[in-house]
Amino acid sequence: MTYIGQSVKRVEDKRFTTGKGKYTDDIKLVGMTHAHIVRSPYAHANIKSIDIDTALAHPGVVAIFTGKDIAATGINGVPAGWQVNFKDGTTMKEPPHPLLVADRVKHVGDGIAVVIAEDLATARDAADLIEIDYEVLPAVTNPAEAIKAGAPQVHDNAPNNICFDWELGNPKAEVDAAIAASHHVTRLDLVNQRMAPNAIEPRSAIGHYDDSKDKFTLYTTSQNPHLTRLLMCAFVLGIPEHKVQVVAPDVGGGFGSKIFHYIEEALVIWASKQIGRPIKWTSTRSEAFLTDAHGRDHVTTAEMGFDKDGNITALRVSTVANLGAYLSTFAPAVPTYLHGTLLQGLYTTPKIHVDVTAAFTHTNAVDAYRGAGRPEATYLLERLIDTAALEMGMDPAELRFKNFIPAFDGVTQPGYQTQVALQYDSGNYHPVLERGLEMVGYENFRKEQAEARKNGKLLGIGFSTYIEACGIAPSAVVGALGARAGLYESAQVRVQPTGKVSIFTGSHSHGQGHETTFAQVVADRMGISMDDIEIVHGDSDSVAFGMGTYGSRSLAVGGSAIVKSIDKVLEKGAKIAAHKLEAAEEDLEYAGGKWTVKGTDKSIGFGDVALTAYVPHDYPAGLEPGLDFSSFYDPTNFTYPFGCHIAIVEVDADTGKVTLKRFIAVDDVGNVINPMIVDGQIHGGLAQGIGQAMLEGVAYDAEGQLVTGSFMDYAMPRADDLPSFEIDRKVTPCPHNPLGVKGAGEAGCIGSTPAVVNAVMDALTPFGIIKNLEMPMTPQRVWRAMHQK
Amino acid sequence: MSVKISVSINGKKYTSEVEPRQLLVYHLREALGLTGSHVGCDTSSCGACTVLVDGQAVKSCTTLAAQVDGCSVTTVEGLAKNGSLHPLQEGFKEEHGLQCGFCTPGMIMAAADLLQNNPDPSETEIRHALEGNFCRCTGYHNIVRSIQWAAKKLKETNAAVL
Repeated sequence: MTYIGQSVKRVEDKRFTTGKGKYTDDIKLVGMTHAHIVRSPYAHANIKSIDIDTALAHPGVVAIFTGKDIAATGINGVPAGWQVNFKDGTTMKEPPHPLLVADRVKHVGDGIAVVIAEDLATARDAADLIEIDYEVLPAVTNPAEAIKAGAPQVHDNAPNNICFDWELGNPKAEVDAAIAASHHVTRLDLVNQRMAPNAIEPRSAIGHYDDSKDKFTLYTTSQNPHLTRLLMCAFVLGIPEHKVQVVAPDVGGGFGSKIFHYIEEALVIWASKQIGRPIKWTSTRSEAFLTDAHGRDHVTTAEMGFDKDGNITALRVSTVANLGAYLSTFAPAVPTYLHGTLLQGLYTTPKIHVDVTAAFTHTNAVDAYRGAGRPEATYLLERLIDTAALEMGMDPAELRFKNFIPAFDGVTQPGYQTQVALQYDSGNYHPVLERGLEMVGYENFRKEQAEARKNGKLLGIGFSTYIEACGIAPSAVVGALGARAGLYESAQVRVQPTGKVSIFTGSHSHGQGHETTFAQVVADRMGISMDDIEIVHGDSDSVAFGMGTYGSRSLAVGGSAIVKSIDKVLEKGAKIAAHKLEAAEEDLEYAGGKWTVKGTDKSIGFGDVALTAYVPHDYPAGLEPGLDFSSFYDPTNFTYPFGCHIAIVEVDADTGKVTLKRFIAVDDVGNVINPMIVDGQIHGGLAQGIGQAMLEGVAYDAEGQLVTGSFMDYAMPRADDLPSFEIDRKVTPCPHNPLGVKGAGEAGCIGSTPAVVNAVMDALTPFGIIKNLEMPMTPQRVWRAMHQK
Repeated sequence: MSVKISVSINGKKYTSEVEPRQLLVYHLREALGLTGSHVGCDTSSCGACTVLVDGQAVKSCTTLAAQVDGCSVTTVEGLAKNGSLHPLQEGFKEEHGLQCGFCTPGMIMAAADLLQNNPDPSETEIRHALEGNFCRCTGYHNIVRSIQWAAKKLKETNAAVL
């Protein structure tokens, strides 16, 4: 039976549809206490005094710890996992991010004290009895404002609130000259607004210290439990790693926000030893808006030059990226190596320069959110292309075809070397746009649009042809770029004596369906039934090591590690089979779950070989018993999925309300193991990307108060905000991993945003070429753009 | 201070002492161990906690446990009968209507309410009925199909939703 390529129904769905999923907050330990964190209501303030006496005396309160208690222990703050250097080579500013703040709070939501009580309601009641005297200080929230002289300073050791400045690409003078010599230059000033990831499961952490074993257990809502353990043990608490088990059980969505090591994880672990009881902390949604790392938040000027025939001559980008008050785990990498490196897009642009200044502000941390840097790059590129087409009177599809990089398979033809460090693995860009045009019925649409305009109806079409760097990442490459960790993945294939197979993977599933997809891969590779395979993940005591799930890496990197281990199992199995069949190894072939002597009917099944490995009575001399292999897979390159997204919108001429009428997506994510799951990943990504274009946006006021602090204020797409999606795919296999897969988790979110915005701009062309309309495309903003003088 | 409540939950009678301020969702999760109903927000916006009270979908995060005294409550744990999944549960699996699974119990309960009142809903009617339930994973595309799948199955088998 072949599983790869089949829409196998998910193994995990029974527990989730029956309410038997086991999420962190569902776990109840004997003697467990509950924690509530007292957070700063001010964006920037000195803490003059804290009085916890009344709260501590409140019945049911077990303990209260403040920033002073933490400072007294010498515990470090949470670290950044990536280092970016200033242009002059000096290292980025890396101010401490303490578990609880003792002196000066730096954003609304900064943790000040933790109240631990017998139950959550009591902890919250007691928290209200803590008296804190603040000296409120001026705050700055906009990154472009933060780096101006005289702006309020977030950290004493980061002058002008600059964490680092950075550049990439061709020499700036060359790019300046190419822009100056261009026949036409399209310039856009863009805001890629701040986003709240909003996994529906709020973050949660349970800390448990077992003094009989001197061992800690952390249950946490994490996309990468091993990374959390490493950061927490080695960099924050100074606990030996073998004394800490980190379990990320069922996790209710992540979208990046659950990659990072958060203060609450270290707090519940540390405090559980202090009080000798387990402690659970679960975020409220309000806390989630305040403290789950946000995404995007770039202020950008982008210019693209063209010759008289519409060929791109140069791209110049200058961005100020908001990192928030503290450096989150991957924060420095997002506006740099995940953004600047993608500015080649799908185009042959000969000269590119990007300049990024990363700013601290009195806001929550900004880090990787679905796509992470690549949506920001795609947004500016694709907005430039559609705007340029309007300005030059060219068709936006034609302009793309004209500038696409020609097809290359990465096998017989080399990869494509970009001007911004990366080398694309394989690509064939014309077919995705051709298919998109066919699906949308482009010629007919333009006729329909013209007719509609005669009747005062504003229809628009917007394009986005994107590329992303996924399958993160070759360790040596990211190490050279500042990563403080490797980005390989590990996998163990443990064959049980009966021939059943347990797979231990360092990838973590929080919705991606690994228990199904990975089992499909294993079943096909080993020629056994999916029913004979279990996928184990998310527990540092079971899985040897792992770098987790993000950057569309699980199958490309984690799946490849599994394949490596399977290869080792089958290699050893062949030795055992050869012995049992009294044949030479090279005379055997493995198919359908058995080794057969070529050209004969002599064979031995996988189960018999497994049993022999564990009952090695009649066994090859010198061969170890057992059938159990581990591997680490470090990719040789990123993978480069790409695609074409097309949006059709109608703008209400009276109110400015935008309705998304159709959305077409043709993605090429390489080989596909489970089409149903890949389609689902695309759908979800589309909803998030469309959400950014039309509805979502985190807003802080001038004092640094979070205005969008709940689902009542932050508009996330609901079912009736979206149409059904029209999707298709092309397949250009990845040439450098054994499965030929590229990753599908982020594609929808990367490509869709500019398509929607471009469609709105296209709809509004009767009002001229509008360039100053920012996301989200609310009726008010669109109406104003239509009526501006 | 506590109040005594008597509630039928998934067909089983429970008598409990609850704090007057105790929300139904926490009563289900903490006191009764029915952790299928989830808490995703604090503003009654996300619907992950949706249960049926006397057959009607309510958000159990904005219902006091004391309010359901004498009522019949159905949670996601009460849908599968005799070891077979409810058609809605099957539909979500068949049509890939879930990814992380966190919103799924609430989605299914909201859909149960819809199908009781409208056994053959259009896509627009389904999307409208799910306005009170957030999903961040699926883009709702396959949730719509899952509910259509269940509606068809219920019709074919001539079965009642509950």
